[in-house]
Amino acid sequence: MSRRLPPFEGFLEANRTTVFRYLTAAVGPIDADDVFQETFLAALRAYPRCTEADRLDRWILRIASRKAIDHHRGVARRPIPVAAPPERPTEVDPGANGFGPAVAAVRDLPARQRDAVAYRHILGFTVADTASLMGCSEEAVRASAYQGLRKLKEQELKERAIWTND
Amino acid sequence: MDERLTISTHEADRGSAQAADRFRAVAGDKGLVDVAVGTVGSPVGELLVAVTARGLAAISFEGEDRDRVLDRLARELSPRVLMAARPTDDVRRELDEYFRGARRRFDLRLDRRLMSPFAKDVLGATARVPFGRLATYGEIAGRIGRPRAARAVGAALGANPIPIVVPCHRVIGAGGNLTGYGGGLPRKELLLRLEGSLPSE
Repeated sequence: MSRRLPPFEGFLEANRTTVFRYLTAAVGPIDADDVFQETFLAALRAYPRCTEADRLDRWILRIASRKAIDHHRGVARRPIPVAAPPERPTEVDPGANGFGPAVAAVRDLPARQRDAVAYRHILGFTVADTASLMGCSEEAVRASAYQGLRKLKEQELKERAIWTND
Repeated sequence: MDERLTISTHEADRGSAQAADRFRAVAGDKGLVDVAVGTVGSPVGELLVAVTARGLAAISFEGEDRDRVLDRLARELSPRVLMAARPTDDVRRELDEYFRGARRRFDLRLDRRLMSPFAKDVLGATARVPFGRLATYGEIAGRIGRPRAARAVGAALGANPIPIVVPCHRVIGAGGNLTGYGGGLPRKELLLRLEGSLPSE
């Protein structure tokens, strides 16, 4: 370990906003709090054995990414107990409450595209940082982010069409 | 596209502050916090109290750098340091009782890991000076079998990690002079007035 671990309290304060932003995109604003709990509980359990004291910001985002994947698997397994599912789950209005209009659709992207878009375009990380965080090449980051953004755009056009056809 | 993907900093800060508070409470209840830190209001200012599974490990006074206090706890006890109120409830209750005059002796278990072996002796002798009584540095030195170590005794008392509960404020100079206090002399005076060892103003 190159550096000593700071008190968990300081680590939590330093990273809570970034993790919350990431999760707001990756699992949606309603579930962000629950997955935030899972993320930091896992981090607290593992903390004394953590060997990445010099890059704790990356360490916690990798845990958050895994917890987001677990969350999506859990949601996928859960049966949907409605006869006629609504067009879209009724949720917070994505345009209000400080969220950009495309944020709510990020969580529906495949995992790699979701992370590439969240790290690059929501958290504003460089391609190099995103690649190191995701453990892949910079080309792969560019490709995933591009595909993700294209899907968000298509989704947006589709929704606009639904509204204007009304 | 980028502004369509923004999450306002204000929103993320507010949401994450709430989530972090919930996390602190859950982590404390799950027993995942090795050093729980809480705040206690008192007439000598807001106290920061640190509790481990072994007991009360530290009390620090308002005005001490909170980050430095937490850093020391992380370095010397465990990095799993978290602001978590519930595990500090017993300490808060006994301090509240003490400050409103309803308690003369603390019944708290202590974690003495922040004391050196010499400081453990000094503070052990100090803990036996009862409410309302005083001892001199020389007397404490004598009681631990080091009659010429009054100065070292003073240094150990000045570095007492658990002031108030380990009552180093009851140790004064041979001439009746208050001499010094880790938390500053005005606090020592206030504590001794509260205990009736100094005339109240």
